Amino acid sequence: MVGLCGLLFASLTFAAVTTVANYDYPIKDRFAATVVGTPEEYQAKLPKDIPFKGRSLVVFPERVTPDVFFYGHELLYSVALQDHEAPLIFLIAGTGASHNGSKNTNMARAFYQAGFHVVSVSSPTYNNFVIAASKTGVVGHAQRDAEDIYRVFEMIWDDLKDEIKATSFNVTGYSLGGFNAAFVSKLDEERKSFNFKRVLLINPPVSLYNSISLLDRMTQDIPGGVNNFDKFVDKLMRAYTSTYEETADAGGEDFLYKTYKALKLKDEELAALIGTSFRVSSASLVFTSDVMADYGYIKPKGLELDRYSNLQVYNEVSLRLGFTDYYHEFFYPFYKAEYPSMTRDEFIASMSLTSIEEYLKNSKKITMMGNVDDVILEPGEIDFFPRVFGDRATIYPYGGHCGNMNYRDNVAHMVAAFTKGEIQ
Amino acid sequence: MKSILRLTALPVLALALGACSSGPQPQEQAADYPEPVFTAKRLLPPEKDNLDDLTAVYDPWEGMNKRIYNFNYHFDQAVFLPVVRGYETVVPQVGRTGISNFFNNFDDLLTALNSALQLKPRKFLQSTGRVLVNSTVGLFGLVDVATAMEIPRPAEDFGQTLGYWGVGQGPYLVIPFLGPSNLRDGLGKLPDVYVQSTVKSEVLSEPVDLTTTLIYPIDTRANTSFRYYENGSAFEYQMVRWLYSTKRKLDVEQ
Repeated sequence: MVGLCGLLFASLTFAAVTTVANYDYPIKDRFAATVVGTPEEYQAKLPKDIPFKGRSLVVFPERVTPDVFFYGHELLYSVALQDHEAPLIFLIAGTGASHNGSKNTNMARAFYQAGFHVVSVSSPTYNNFVIAASKTGVVGHAQRDAEDIYRVFEMIWDDLKDEIKATSFNVTGYSLGGFNAAFVSKLDEERKSFNFKRVLLINPPVSLYNSISLLDRMTQDIPGGVNNFDKFVDKLMRAYTSTYEETADAGGEDFLYKTYKALKLKDEELAALIGTSFRVSSASLVFTSDVMADYGYIKPKGLELDRYSNLQVYNEVSLRLGFTDYYHEFFYPFYKAEYPSMTRDEFIASMSLTSIEEYLKNSKKITMMGNVDDVILEPGEIDFFPRVFGDRATIYPYGGHCGNMNYRDNVAHMVAAFTKGEIQ
Repeated sequence: MKSILRLTALPVLALALGACSSGPQPQEQAADYPEPVFTAKRLLPPEKDNLDDLTAVYDPWEGMNKRIYNFNYHFDQAVFLPVVRGYETVVPQVGRTGISNFFNNFDDLLTALNSALQLKPRKFLQSTGRVLVNSTVGLFGLVDVATAMEIPRPAEDFGQTLGYWGVGQGPYLVIPFLGPSNLRDGLGKLPDVYVQSTVKSEVLSEPVDLTTTLIYPIDTRANTSFRYYENGSAFEYQMVRWLYSTKRKLDVEQ
């Protein structure tokens, strides 16, 4: 409930930020927008059959992948390439999401249609990325993740450069991927492999720790408390299957919209849904990191699991751990060695866009789009963007967290962020 | 399998983690390994002696199932998916849709039969109506006229019929080539397959019957978006197992 009160409070403070006028995204409830997304009739019309193909590469040839993750030795990514010289854009997925998840796929369609070579990578928090491409195996670290992503970008470009010609390099990402994009851009200023021309951050968190705390608290919003969780799940599942019978596209946003309408969920129930969905991702991530780093967090240190090992007890334990538990008892101690003089609070503060505020303020190539009612921002955090980015920040009045990413105005905005003022 | 695997795409389901109780015992750590930071034991509330298992499924044959699951993954990578890619290259979309409709028509026939066995008149009439319309106006099922006419498409199989008459799911079972199932649904496939193949050989000429039998698994795989080890979970085996069992439980209740 604490989390929810905070969120309700946040809704009273929206007025401070100037938002886009004449905006017709249909879902005004921030939690519903986050869960449902954009109903089909409001989505941008994009080509369905672009040549968006999966590829793979080995990032660390010397790495011995633990047998329990035998399937993850190669990093998977996707590309959609033009048959002529074109600007190239890298897409970074959000927490726990993959290179070919629905959000990255939709962005790929939009950018491919607009004439870009598209290279799409998974979030550094995605299981396959942690296994194949994270140097330490312990992810969620602003600078280390950026280095991992940058290494992957360089290797992918090394594979592509004989195949295509790129006129410029650009990068974007949503949610945690937007946060990653900012740090990747900063790293590029030193490494200069790409000299990114433009960068767009979509619904990024300001402080990682604040956002994961909000998401952790949402799991506590289960209506009637944990004892009534079974009833809540039954209600969801029944409505889900009854809508499911009538619809062909069970993963689509129209389907979710129908289910949402049939269920008439309250805000706390939607919050519980968002929190639990995040928990499932974080449980997988925590276990994967623990195995990769052999830290001894939920798996005994030194114990080697193989592809046939029974993982049920680790699943059960990690589902009960919040991301904040991971942060304090694994992530922070793990990196403590690198920064012996840094306190816990300083460490938390360094994992935020605030820590690179000067860079963001002065880098005209970086723009951002956000929603004033984003559910992963603490009250007042949205103010950071207009203050630091000035008119390079565009704040929409609705959309929750990434709910409006497929809405036609937003898709047009994303593309324009990279094409406006360019000669096509 | 098609429908259950599509379920894994749905984030809503991520929520449904609270159904069962009677969970795993806190794991005893082997003496050679240091105790990890978090164990089941540490998470136990004081009044309990074991963790509620949020995602439990009766799976006494897990060792065998995991080996079959692993085999299915390799078969999928080496044979199934390459064949599907070839099929999608050679046969244009309109042809593939026609072929899917053709097989769906035979599935509707099974739904009609199983609805009758479960005394469900509405589903029986809907699926019978579909078969009649699609087999005639729809040119032997190649065109799905019934959906255009907005006739709903329920799905019932013999596993659900057994469930309706009180047969439990039994142990979880991963079937070679086919994937997740359980003892009841696995056995339930036998009469379904028997009926379907008998009807097919009655109404189709032998070469057509043989060809369609070969295309059927390819069509099914082509329409299944599931890819092994690409859903991002480190716990895929458990997740698929739990989703399958939950979906089948709700299918039977409907």
